[in-house]
Amino acid sequence: MPDTSKRRSKLSDSQAAVSPHEGLHNPGLLHHFATEEQQKDASNLGMWIFLATEVMFFGGLFCAYLIYRGWYFGDFAAASKSIDAALGGTNTAVLICSSLTVVLAIWAAQTSRRALLILMLVLTMLFGLAFLGIKGIEYRDKFVEHHVPGSSFNFEHEEVPGHPGQYANPRHAQIFFALYFVMTGLHALHMIVGLGIFSWLLYKAWKGAFTPRYHTPLEIGGLYWHFVDIVWIYLFPLLYLIDRHP
Amino acid sequence: MATATTVQPVERENYLNKEHGLGSWLLTTDHKRIALLYLISITFFFFIGGLFALLIRLELLTPAGDLVGADTYNKLFTMHGQVMVFFFLIPSIPAVLGNFLVPMMIGAKDLAFPRINLLSWYIYIIAGVMMLHCIATGGVDTGWTFYTPFSTAFSNSKVIEAGLAIFVAGFSSILTGLNFIVTIHRMRAPGMTWTRLPLFIWAHYATSIIQVLGTPVVAITLVLVVAERALHLGIFDPKLGGDPLLFQHLFWFYSHPAVYIMILPSMGVVTEVIACFSRKRIFGYSFVALSSIAIAVFGFLVWAHHMFVAGISVYAALVFSILSYAVAVPSAVKVFNWTATLFKGSIHYDAPMLYAFGFLGLFTMGGLTGLFLSSLGVDMHVHDTYFVIAHFHYIMVGGALMGYLGGLHFWWPKISGKLYPEGWARLAALIVFLGFNLTFFPQFILGYLGMPRRYYEYPPEFQVLNVLSTAGATVLGVGYLLPMIYFLWSMRYGKPAPDNPWQAAGLEWQTQSPPTTFNFEEEPVVTWEAYNYDEIDAGHKQEEVKVVG
Repeated sequence: MPDTSKRRSKLSDSQAAVSPHEGLHNPGLLHHFATEEQQKDASNLGMWIFLATEVMFFGGLFCAYLIYRGWYFGDFAAASKSIDAALGGTNTAVLICSSLTVVLAIWAAQTSRRALLILMLVLTMLFGLAFLGIKGIEYRDKFVEHHVPGSSFNFEHEEVPGHPGQYANPRHAQIFFALYFVMTGLHALHMIVGLGIFSWLLYKAWKGAFTPRYHTPLEIGGLYWHFVDIVWIYLFPLLYLIDRHP
Repeated sequence: MATATTVQPVERENYLNKEHGLGSWLLTTDHKRIALLYLISITFFFFIGGLFALLIRLELLTPAGDLVGADTYNKLFTMHGQVMVFFFLIPSIPAVLGNFLVPMMIGAKDLAFPRINLLSWYIYIIAGVMMLHCIATGGVDTGWTFYTPFSTAFSNSKVIEAGLAIFVAGFSSILTGLNFIVTIHRMRAPGMTWTRLPLFIWAHYATSIIQVLGTPVVAITLVLVVAERALHLGIFDPKLGGDPLLFQHLFWFYSHPAVYIMILPSMGVVTEVIACFSRKRIFGYSFVALSSIAIAVFGFLVWAHHMFVAGISVYAALVFSILSYAVAVPSAVKVFNWTATLFKGSIHYDAPMLYAFGFLGLFTMGGLTGLFLSSLGVDMHVHDTYFVIAHFHYIMVGGALMGYLGGLHFWWPKISGKLYPEGWARLAALIVFLGFNLTFFPQFILGYLGMPRRYYEYPPEFQVLNVLSTAGATVLGVGYLLPMIYFLWSMRYGKPAPDNPWQAAGLEWQTQSPPTTFNFEEEPVVTWEAYNYDEIDAGHKQEEVKVVG
C-alpha cells in the first residue's frame, strides 16, 4: 500500500498542501483552498451570485407589479393611498441606519475594535427588529380595515386620487394588496433570515473569531443585509407612493 | 482461495474505500461521493418517471380509454413530466457527472463550497420526498406546466403539494449552479486558463448561468400559484382581473431555458467523447466554447414561442419566432464543429462514442423540428399535438439522456474504478437508439396528422402508429435496464480499470481510478492545450504534472 502520509509531508512546504491536519497558516482556511485570498474571493463571488439569484426572484414579482400597475393605475393609486406612508418612510429610515451600522461593524472588525463590532451588530439587529415591528403594525392596520385579500376583503367606495367621484375597482385593488403582501412578506422573510445570520455573526464576534485578517463572514453577511435593504428602497416608492398628492 | 487473496494486490486508498459506513456517505463533503448520492437518487426518480411513461404508452395501445380513466391519465402524464424534468433531467448531468468532474477537470481538490454541495443534495431529497408524498396521496393533473387558471381555480388535485416540491427542488439546482460558477472562476489549477478548459466545463458554466438566473423566476411563479390557489388572490385569475398569460410568460421564462439546462451539459459530454474517440483536437475550440454561452443567452429570449396560440400579439410572436430561429445558430455551430472534428479522425466505436453518434443524429432531428415549431404558420397546425411531444423528446431524451448515458460509460472507469462489459454496452447503446426512434418517430407523424397531446383516447386510424410507439417504448425500457444491470455487476465483478483506459486527454485521467479524496496527489500545473490528442498519440510523453512552489 502506498504511503500516503509520506507523500503529504513531502508537500507540506507548498502552498497547495495545507491538509486539514496541517493547518499551519490559519485554522479558518479550508482544506481545498490554496490560499486565504482564494477562499475569500470564492466566498464573496458566491454571495454576489446568490444575490443575482435573489434579484431574479424578486424580479418576477416586480414584473407582475409593473404590468398590473400599468393596467390598473387608478385602482393601484387608490389602494396605495390606504397604506401608511409615514410608517413606510420610518421603516426606510430604519433600514438605511441599519446599513450604516453593518458597514461600521465591518470597519470595527478591520481595525480590531471588538466592543464596537459587537455594539454595531447588536444595533443592526435592533434596527431589523424595529423594522419588523413597524411592519407588523402596518399589517395589523390592513387586517382591521379588511384590506387583506380573501373572502373578507372590502375596498368599496374608495376614490381614485385626482379623480373625484370615481371609485376604484375592488378586484383590481385586491391584486394590489395581494402583491403588496407577497412582496413585503417575502422581504420580511428575508429580514428574518438576515436576523438569523446576524445572530450567528454576533456569536462569532463574541467569541473573538473576527480579525483584521479574517472577517469574510461579516462581509458576505453584510452584502446580504444591504441587498435586503435595497429591495426595500425599491418597494417603498413603488408600493407606498403611487400618485400621492399632498 | 486463501492463496489467491494473498496474490491479489492491495487496493489503493481512494474516495470509495477511504471511509466506510452510512454516516461517512450521508455527511460527506467530497464532491465525488455527493455525485454518487445524486446518481442513486436520480436513478430512482428516473424509474418512477419511467413507470408513468410506461403506463401512458400502455393506455395508448388501444384507441379506447380502457386501462385508466381520463383523470388518472391526466395525472400520469403530469407526474411523468414533473418527475422527469425536475427530478431527473435537470439534475442529471450537472449533479452527477458535473459534480464528479468539474473539480477534477480544472485540477481542484473539491468544489468551492463542499458543504453547500451536500446541502443541495439534502434539499433535493426533501423535495423528492415531498413529490413522492404528493404522488402517493393522489398526484396532480394540471400538466407539468401548471397552467392557470386551471391549476389555481379548477383542478381537484394536489397542486399546492407539487408546486412546493418543485419550488424546493429549484434551490438544489440553484446551489449546484452557484457552486460551479464560483469553482470555475476561482479554483482552476495554475496554468488552467479559460482557453485551456475542457469544453465540458464551458458547457457547465453556461448551464450554471441559466440555473442561477432562471430558476428563481419559476420559484416565485410557483409561490404565486400556490398563494393564488390557497388564498384566491386574483393575480392569475381573469375573473378577478388577473392575467393567465402573465403566468405563462413567467413560467416559460424559466422553463424554456430549462431545456438548455438539460441539453448543454450533454453537449459538453459529447464534445469530450468525440474528441477522445476520434483522437483529434476539437475543431474550432473557441466557437464551441462561446456557442455554449450564446445558447444560454439566446435561450433566455425565446420563451414566448410556447405561447404563439395563447393570445400574444402578432408583433411579439414575430420577434419571438425570429429569436427562436437565432438560437439554432449556436446549436448548429456545435453540430458542424463536431462533424468537422470527426473528419479524418481515427474513429473508435466504443460504447460512449455510439451514444455520442446517437446524440448527433437525434439532437439534429430534434433541433430541426424545433425550427418547424418556431415558424408561426406551422406551429398553428402542430401546436399541442404529438409533433411537439416527439420534438422535445428528441431533444430531452434523444439529446440529453443519450449524452448522460454516454458520459456515464465514458467516466465509469474513473467513477467506479472498474471496467464495464464493452460488448453489452454497445448492444445497449444500439437498443436505446433503435427503441428511441421506434418510440418517438411515429409521434411526429401522429402529430402532423392531428393527434393532440394529453388525451387518453384517440380515433382508430391512429392505432398502428401508436402501437409502434408503445412497442418502441418497451425496447427503450430494456435499453435503459441493461446499463443499470451491468454497471451494478461491474462494481463487483468488473475488471479493475487502469487510470486512463481511453488514453484520453484531461486532468481527470491523470489521477488514479478511482481518485483519492483530494483528487490529485500533487496540485497539477497545466502547460498544454485541451484535447492534445495529436501530442498524446505521437507518443510524446505529456509533460509531467508538477508541484507548485
